[in-house]
Amino acid sequence: MFNTILIANRGEIACRVIRTAQRLGIRTVAVYSDADAGALHVTLADEAHHIGPAPARESYLVAERILEVAIRSGAEAVHPGYGFLSENAGFAEACADKGIVFIGPPCAAIRAMGSKSAAKEIMGAAGVPLVPGYHGHEQGAEFLQAEADRIGYPLLIKASAGGGGKGMRVVVRSADFTDALAGARREAMSGFGDDHVLLERYLTKPRHIEIQVFADSHGNALHIFERDCSIQRRHQKVVEEAPAFGMTPQLRAKMGEAAVAAARAIGYVGAGTVEFLLDEDGSFYFMEMNTRLQVEHPVTEMISGLDLVEWQLRVASGEPMPCTQEQLAISGHAIEARIYAEDPSREFLPSIGRLRHMRTPGESAHVRIDSGVRQGDEVSINYDPMIAKLIVWDTDRNAAIRRLRTALADFEVVGVTTNTGFLGNVVAHPAFSAGAIDTGFIERHRDGLIPESVPASDRILALAALDLMLTRSAEAESRAKASHDPHSPWHHTGGWRLNYDNYHFLHFIDEEQAVTITAHYRPTGFLLGLPGGSMLVRGDRDNAGDLHADLAGTRIKATVIRSGAAITVLDQGKSHQLVIHNPHAVGEQDDAAAGRLTAPMPGKIVAVMAEVGVRVERGTPLIIMEAMKMEHTISAPCDGSVAAFHYPVGAVVNEGTELLDFTAEAEPPQP
Amino acid sequence: MAILKSSVRTQADEFRANAELMNSLVADLREKVLKIKQGGGQKACAKHTERGKLLPRERIRQLLDVGSPFLEFSQLAAWGMYGADIPAAGIITGIGRVSGVECVIVTNDATVKGGTYFPLTVKKHLRAQEIAGENHLPCIYLVDSGGANLPQQDEVFPDRDHFGRIFYNQANLSARGVPQIAVVMGSCTAGGAYVPAMSDESIIVKNQGTIFLAGPPLVKAAIGEVVSAEDLGGADVHCRTSGVTDHYAANDGHALELARRTVANLNRIKQPRLAVKEPVEPLYAAEELYGIIPTDTRKPYDVREVIARIVDGSEFDEFKQLYGTSLVCGFAHIWGYPVGIVANNGILFSESALKGAHFIELCSQRGIPLVFLQNISGFMVGSKYEAGGIAKDGAKMVTAVSCAKVPKFTVIIGGSFGAGNYGMCGRAFSPRFLWMWPNARISVMGGEQAASVLAQVKRDGFETRGESWPLEEEDAFKKPIRDQYETQGHPYYASARMWDDGIIDPVDTRMTLGLGISAALNAPAEKTEFGIFRM
Repeated sequence: MFNTILIANRGEIACRVIRTAQRLGIRTVAVYSDADAGALHVTLADEAHHIGPAPARESYLVAERILEVAIRSGAEAVHPGYGFLSENAGFAEACADKGIVFIGPPCAAIRAMGSKSAAKEIMGAAGVPLVPGYHGHEQGAEFLQAEADRIGYPLLIKASAGGGGKGMRVVVRSADFTDALAGARREAMSGFGDDHVLLERYLTKPRHIEIQVFADSHGNALHIFERDCSIQRRHQKVVEEAPAFGMTPQLRAKMGEAAVAAARAIGYVGAGTVEFLLDEDGSFYFMEMNTRLQVEHPVTEMISGLDLVEWQLRVASGEPMPCTQEQLAISGHAIEARIYAEDPSREFLPSIGRLRHMRTPGESAHVRIDSGVRQGDEVSINYDPMIAKLIVWDTDRNAAIRRLRTALADFEVVGVTTNTGFLGNVVAHPAFSAGAIDTGFIERHRDGLIPESVPASDRILALAALDLMLTRSAEAESRAKASHDPHSPWHHTGGWRLNYDNYHFLHFIDEEQAVTITAHYRPTGFLLGLPGGSMLVRGDRDNAGDLHADLAGTRIKATVIRSGAAITVLDQGKSHQLVIHNPHAVGEQDDAAAGRLTAPMPGKIVAVMAEVGVRVERGTPLIIMEAMKMEHTISAPCDGSVAAFHYPVGAVVNEGTELLDFTAEAEPPQP
Repeated sequence: MAILKSSVRTQADEFRANAELMNSLVADLREKVLKIKQGGGQKACAKHTERGKLLPRERIRQLLDVGSPFLEFSQLAAWGMYGADIPAAGIITGIGRVSGVECVIVTNDATVKGGTYFPLTVKKHLRAQEIAGENHLPCIYLVDSGGANLPQQDEVFPDRDHFGRIFYNQANLSARGVPQIAVVMGSCTAGGAYVPAMSDESIIVKNQGTIFLAGPPLVKAAIGEVVSAEDLGGADVHCRTSGVTDHYAANDGHALELARRTVANLNRIKQPRLAVKEPVEPLYAAEELYGIIPTDTRKPYDVREVIARIVDGSEFDEFKQLYGTSLVCGFAHIWGYPVGIVANNGILFSESALKGAHFIELCSQRGIPLVFLQNISGFMVGSKYEAGGIAKDGAKMVTAVSCAKVPKFTVIIGGSFGAGNYGMCGRAFSPRFLWMWPNARISVMGGEQAASVLAQVKRDGFETRGESWPLEEEDAFKKPIRDQYETQGHPYYASARMWDDGIIDPVDTRMTLGLGISAALNAPAEKTEFGIFRM
């Protein structure tokens, strides 16, 4: 076994590898970019080395620099994780050149699987089933019709040179083939200048089933069952589970054998994944082989009780695999959900920002969290915006689904938008529990999966209001403590009045709508005037910062996170954001300067910087004057345009002279 | 410290009857205040807010730190006077926290007769300035007033404590380092123009605040110039051209925010020089005060029951407990601040007056604030006591009260009659604050005594002339006198004329005193020098 390894990766997988290595007593060396100087994997590792700027191509993808660190730190092996250099044969080769073990398959195996078409040829030769099709040069229409009939329908015609759906046709019946072929060719010709096509069986509802394989350098190879990764969004896996719903021991054995055959065909060593498409009729076809540890490997670990990273390390150091195929068994059911900083309601755009608050459900035999970030960390544009993998295990699938729903509801993130609500909807969907899943699941059920934005309920508003009032009291209390008159009743925030009841207005923006709440002070709380009526509330915060609220007699524990003007209420597994709003606050600068574009002192106009009628933003220089040997810039007071300049360049003007007419733009709608 | 033990029986019929009466008095007070709070009425308020202006109490709320207490002065000022409703005399004054600093706030209520100054409006404004001066509290004037109420000009313009005194005070307060800040949120006409002009810093709301010595009608009449109010004295004129105002606000909310910022830049540190303790609530509920105060003011009760419901932990170290027992003196804490309490427990005798004088000397020497709980029908009368020199002993107490420079606070919790009012720090003796409970009565003597004295004089006249005066006639003679004393001695009558700083619910006594004491500690301690004590 190795004494020291280097992890050529970042984020959760780096942390994941470090944990196993440390458990085995192996010293770990991390690498990091500028953006990751304070990252969790850097903290966890025994030592960490800076390897370059934030962009991966200047840091995590620079093989030479990583190898330099490996040599300098005395690492005997490099774990590449997934992504980055993990399937880079050149890197594996470079490691070998420097006498460092690459924890992964031999270069040749990586290369063999690197080209998809070449991979298919190898697999076809090894007897691994491929999607029936025709990829040949013969392009005669009649010949192709015959091939199509042989392959069967539905069938896909694709431009050989194609991509992006151009020159692609789905043919459902033989009779439609000729017309569809002509159409595909026309498009292919105009799109790529090449009308060659290929034919493939079209799977209408394929499932993505992959087999975890493992092989050692002693000639042993086995599979550690399947994973179902059908829940995908644009080829990005979202939810993965093991075992696959409805998988029979026979089919598992068949697919497992095929996968092991595939591994043997290329002389594989280490952890690999063979991906198949499983058709409704039970036939399966080789898609590709990933020559690394998969993101979703934890579900396999959860049902097999194995540590795949440990296996990787043992195998890479030359040990045989710890057990044989017969010794492996499936226990229970595991599901993984990938929690991303992304906004499902905005086409899943990455949501960048600081994790102001992050609290994960408690880890147990049932719940595992693989994460590379902590509260306070930044989700940046530089890397994959994954926050964590949430993996649950239970004795059966339904129980695991229940676990996942609860855990997702308890996964609290504030600062960036996450897909937890979306994931919750996926696993709560009746079709999901029924096992009616295939790669089209998300597209098919899309409308029911994207969390809808709804106006804040009275309960949410009450929690936000209560939290805000408590925050203000707490602030007043700490100010009181710091003052020379710490016990003064003037520090009180109960809105005391002589001989009458007092109240306070709270203004929020909710879903672009202004909401005003009246908070009447009461001896032990507030009587809130909410859209749905009044509610007596009180509460306090515990040391962990949780809000313990009593809303009209209902006791609630919720989390409310304040960041600047934003208040996020986490309650009942949902997160709702409100913005504190001051309807009376006005940018005085806008106002004080508006419409006054006069010469500040006598002087000469030396430059006119804008054009009449052309839109300018606030602050854009419009005129430069020279006076008292100093230049003075007259700038746009707000967004708008100049209607007229009253003086040409060179004109001498007196103090207070109107220099130009400015038309302000109407206030844009508040974002 | 010694803990007061209460012997109140809350289940007793007498307690319940007392509580019922006090409850009705407090309910009536709150009802009156609720009405006063509505200012000039719905129509006037609607007209005010339609212009984008905030109502005066909303202005105060936004000016203050969120949730800050507001110790309002003289809510009942002008109540039942001038033959018309002038709620709160058209001006809301009080102390509140702005940017962490206790400030005196003076807010015109433009919904009440355009915010014009009636005689009591002037008195209330001047009293607020006096409070600011005595306690070193920055003044914030939220100006929205048409100036002097012209029909009342003889009562508001010419005399020393009339309109002009506002500006005299501004100048002298500023000179003493008491900041003067004006926010012009409406008219500031004629004399009113001096409020912002005399301020250290001033803020004006555009298209809303105006400042001019003479308004457009007068300008037209005088020199024939036709000019709009905004062009004559609006925010643009004063922020850009005249320099009368310093800060340009887009609206009320913005102006108040600017005022808060101004206070934040005052560079003030409050450093009370008192041995402060952590405050502890009294052991007994303040609500029980309702059942303790007898329905009949002549009925005696132990004032320690009141003290036990006001002071920290009901802890009270009594001074000279066994001497001059009709006056209770002792040390306690209110909101953690050490105080010396002087409370009546019967009429004043020579001994009680001497004890009072001694105790006031102690507190003055030690810099301990004094709290007077006033419930006094007067000094003992009769030849024995006159011969015993009760006049000179009373004078000693009055001298001590007059000269003591520690902050003094007076709460009239029952009767305030005759020379007892003087010895117990009545209005004339400049307590920092003077409040009344709703059951209190104040007059030169009790209504019954006054009627009897006058009847006796009249009867003497009849008897000198050898005539007789039937008892029924004497009763008929006494009744209007009793009625007059009852009307004029009533706290509403007193508060309307600002003989006090307001009527308070007994339950609020501790809070009110706490706020008052804390506010008073903004002023540096002054050294006391006593006059001659007649020996």
